[in-house]
Amino acid sequence: MSFDVPDDRRYLESHEWAEETDGVVRVGISDFAQDELGDVVFVELPDEGDDLAQEEEFGVIESIKAVSDLYAPVSGEVVSINEDLFDAPELVNEDPFGDGWMLEIEADDADELEALLSADEYEDQIA
Amino acid sequence: MPLQTPPLRGIHDERGAKFTEFGGWDMPVEFDSIQTEHEAVRGDAGIFDVSHMGQIHVSGPDATTLMQRLTTNDVSRLDVGDSQYAAITDEDGIIIDDTVVYRLPDEDGEPTYLFVPNAGTDEETHERWISYRNDLDLEATVDNRTDEYAMFAVQGPSAPDLVEAETDESVTDLSRFEAQYATIDGIDCWTARTGYTGEDGFELIVPWTEAEHIWSLFDCQPCGLGARDTLRIEAGLLLAGQDFDHEDDPRNPYEAGIGFTVDLETEFVGRDALAEVKEEGVEEKLVGFQLIDRGVPRHGYDVTNTDSRVIGTVTSGTMSPTLEQAIGFAYVPVEYSDPGTTLQVVVRGRSKKARVETTPFIDTA
Repeated sequence: MSFDVPDDRRYLESHEWAEETDGVVRVGISDFAQDELGDVVFVELPDEGDDLAQEEEFGVIESIKAVSDLYAPVSGEVVSINEDLFDAPELVNEDPFGDGWMLEIEADDADELEALLSADEYEDQIA
Repeated sequence: MPLQTPPLRGIHDERGAKFTEFGGWDMPVEFDSIQTEHEAVRGDAGIFDVSHMGQIHVSGPDATTLMQRLTTNDVSRLDVGDSQYAAITDEDGIIIDDTVVYRLPDEDGEPTYLFVPNAGTDEETHERWISYRNDLDLEATVDNRTDEYAMFAVQGPSAPDLVEAETDESVTDLSRFEAQYATIDGIDCWTARTGYTGEDGFELIVPWTEAEHIWSLFDCQPCGLGARDTLRIEAGLLLAGQDFDHEDDPRNPYEAGIGFTVDLETEFVGRDALAEVKEEGVEEKLVGFQLIDRGVPRHGYDVTNTDSRVIGTVTSGTMSPTLEQAIGFAYVPVEYSDPGTTLQVVVRGRSKKARVETTPFIDTA
């Protein structure tokens, strides 16, 4: 089975993706990760205004069969969360790189993002 | 120990199934998605490969005596083609396993039974039967036929019609828990109106060598162990090793809520201990609960009272695809077991409000 790995963003080994626009980093989980989890039924996210450190646990994702922690790809302040996921957690399965996004972080340090896995490197990891 | 593989491992793999280890078997856990498979069974029909379940065949002049001695229910009530749910208990009345006992047509004029122990327990169950047969000097053959039979469950409101369409004989006149041999494309299949989903349907016990052929005849949603678990939890049905465990969570049938399988008028191993339990009452029992706060309860999570004192443990839990609510089972002291009682479940360090509910959680067939 092959999975989407868009090359316009960076990845964590723990399967989160990070896409930067004007200093704001949007975060979600990969197509591979949503397939491994199966039907997502619940996503727990931080509050807007919370400060996160890189690789800090920021939330929890629960599917019918498994539960997994979510990790911040960069340090910074949470400026937005995807509240649609509270009523429609299945968006993570349906559109992991789009409508299934989880939060936006105003990054403290742009270099942190560059140190993450490229799409090619992440693709090798899940191969 | 290498994993045992069901006869259809290759077929499931081609169909894109994900696999998991269960009871020493490498079984499909998910074909499409648990939600999709679950909904198919509640609304239409689905087929499960449950070939990991054991099959023990018992026959002979003393077969009934042996079955009566080692299972809690009254085997003598079974006519040919009847079946019953029962527990297998030890001398202390603790559940070792649960099983369905089928009475097959007599073989060589003698009563004959086939019972289905849980995955991975067939060998020790077989030894237990042999050992008691020898000690009691009974005349009965006891064969472990787990590797000779595949087992499929066709479940859901449309399942009876699907099975009826494939059998030469009519099987839809069978009542719940009745069974007969039926011919499917020339093959004798033990066809039982039983299941583990809360829906109508059949379980088919078929020769291992014919498994692929029989499986391919049913054009409905293939379902894995993931959906089997969410369906059985909604239906209030227990899972061995999870809702009771002879070593890790010893429970008697009254605690586990399956006292209806115990017939104290029969002479079975554990009878005297259970008569005493029944007389004195249990201190803890298994209850169904629904989570009021957001979260998903899972096996092993603590249950507390509203003062946050730990009073029990979650044995099974899931997000119910039908109810879209988080539900589960837990053992709690009887004073907390009345439906409507408020409890808390500790989900990853946070207390979530829960309420005791009657089971099954859904209307069952």
